[in-house]
Amino acid sequence: MTPAPSPPRPWADRFATRRWLGPVVLLGPAGVWLLLLLVLPTLLILEISLVPGLRLGQPSGGYGLGNYLQILQPVYLRVIGRSLAFAVGSTVLCLLMGFPVAYWLALMSPQRWRNLLLVGFILPLWTSSLLRAYAWAAILRPSGVLNTMLTTLGLPAQNWLNTPTAVFIGLTYSFLPYMVLILYASLEKLDTRLLEAAADLGATPSQGFWQVTVPQTLPGIAAGCLLVFISTLGDFVVPTLLGGASSMNISRLIYNQFLGPTRAWGFGSALSMVLILAVSLAIALLLRYGDKSSVSET
Amino acid sequence: MPAPRSITWPSFFTALMYAFMYFPIIVLGVYSFNDSRYSASWEGFSLRWYRALFSDRRLLSALQDSLTIAIVAVAISAVLGTLMAIGLARHRFRGKGLYRGVSYLPLIVPDIAIAVATLVFLVSVAIPLSLGTIIAAHMVFCLAYIAVVVASRLQRLDPNLEEAALDLGATPTQALLKVLIPQLAPGILAGCLLAFVLSMDDLLISSFTAGGGANPLPIEIFSRVRTGVKPDINALSVVLILGSALLAGLAEYVRYWGDRRRQTP
Repeated sequence: MTPAPSPPRPWADRFATRRWLGPVVLLGPAGVWLLLLLVLPTLLILEISLVPGLRLGQPSGGYGLGNYLQILQPVYLRVIGRSLAFAVGSTVLCLLMGFPVAYWLALMSPQRWRNLLLVGFILPLWTSSLLRAYAWAAILRPSGVLNTMLTTLGLPAQNWLNTPTAVFIGLTYSFLPYMVLILYASLEKLDTRLLEAAADLGATPSQGFWQVTVPQTLPGIAAGCLLVFISTLGDFVVPTLLGGASSMNISRLIYNQFLGPTRAWGFGSALSMVLILAVSLAIALLLRYGDKSSVSET
Repeated sequence: MPAPRSITWPSFFTALMYAFMYFPIIVLGVYSFNDSRYSASWEGFSLRWYRALFSDRRLLSALQDSLTIAIVAVAISAVLGTLMAIGLARHRFRGKGLYRGVSYLPLIVPDIAIAVATLVFLVSVAIPLSLGTIIAAHMVFCLAYIAVVVASRLQRLDPNLEEAALDLGATPTQALLKVLIPQLAPGILAGCLLAFVLSMDDLLISSFTAGGGANPLPIEIFSRVRTGVKPDINALSVVLILGSALLAGLAEYVRYWGDRRRQTP
């Protein structure tokens, strides 16, 4: 029962043209682009990070680890510590705030509206991140919306703009939708029959939650946390617009080495390599312990 | 899970979080109509910030730069990214793992590191910074995101359709253009929309590759808002938010269209 194909092209011909359409045409252009504008540049900053004291327009000496040793100075270690604190703090806040939302969306929301409700929650992601941070500046500034509301209610006014508090609010706000999206994907796959079985066997709802729901969604939790962690670790806009001078983090420090007054390209490149290394470590952890599928779905 | 209790704490908390997500956007919207430059209190309805916005030549030319960058970068990346996704799905070769790993880097590596590396590279090969260099740099992340979205659609396609086309006498190019690409279209479009939004939103990579030659919108907005609150930026936000909502709606429609097409092959 072989269907007779109307005038079949010779096999040899087909394979000849297939070779033309082969890997080179499909993968070549993008490959060249990534090589030229991503791989080569990254290797280049790795190289100049090994030239101590490199500044734009100055002759440089030999190779050495001076730029990396400079990062170990207390003033720069504090910047790295602050970046980590911002990232860890906002990741925890995103998890605590995002989990109930994802849980409600995946298991308790009316089925008919579920998709629309999820889209509604992540809709703010489509707007400019710069303008969202700016909106928080307008809310948190001393004469802003928050204090107008607080004083109307007879509460003491707060001065949060240009403090770490504002950075935490801004980062959590910016990355909460990502967390909800990943947790939702994980909770949606939850086998609710296990919860019913647990209830039938006498488990209280809270036992069911902690011993059935949470363990099943752990890979999603890990994926969401690591995604928010790496995004917040390298964020520039929020700490700059909301954090003021007291919230210097690693991206702002790198930015200043290149576009600020210092022009210390070697040191800036070393900081970039440290940031890339930190992110790669987080990714390695994710690939090892996290739920890969829930990340690729987003 | 049947939970017929009236108002549970997750639903209450979720409502609160929706309010949290929309509060800043509503604030921007309301204040864009406020007839006051500095005060947070309501001074009466006014369209003056919108008038100021549409007569602001600098802002409009920045918007034009951004649109040029995004449209050109996304258009080229759509072709390169789609080809890359098909190539990765179809061919086995030495170093494929490395190739795939590199193609994911723009999604993972922080913008600041990519921006710095691109600047150092451009300076070291003495390419003058311009609109063209911003487009070249944006293509890196645009094609990576488009490839990821296309690849996930490719994964769910029926591979037999292309084989059938070949068996029925189509050339591989015909099979690609007339069978595979139309089936991938929703994925390509969704990837393009995502890349477009990311390109319009990018501050860091643009800042490092712009030089004096171009001034895209995020750079212009950043230089204005870092010195304080500007009411005409409120009006701009509202215009951009409406634009984004339109795009988001379009993206949802594309996804719906893609799902429907998959169900009725």
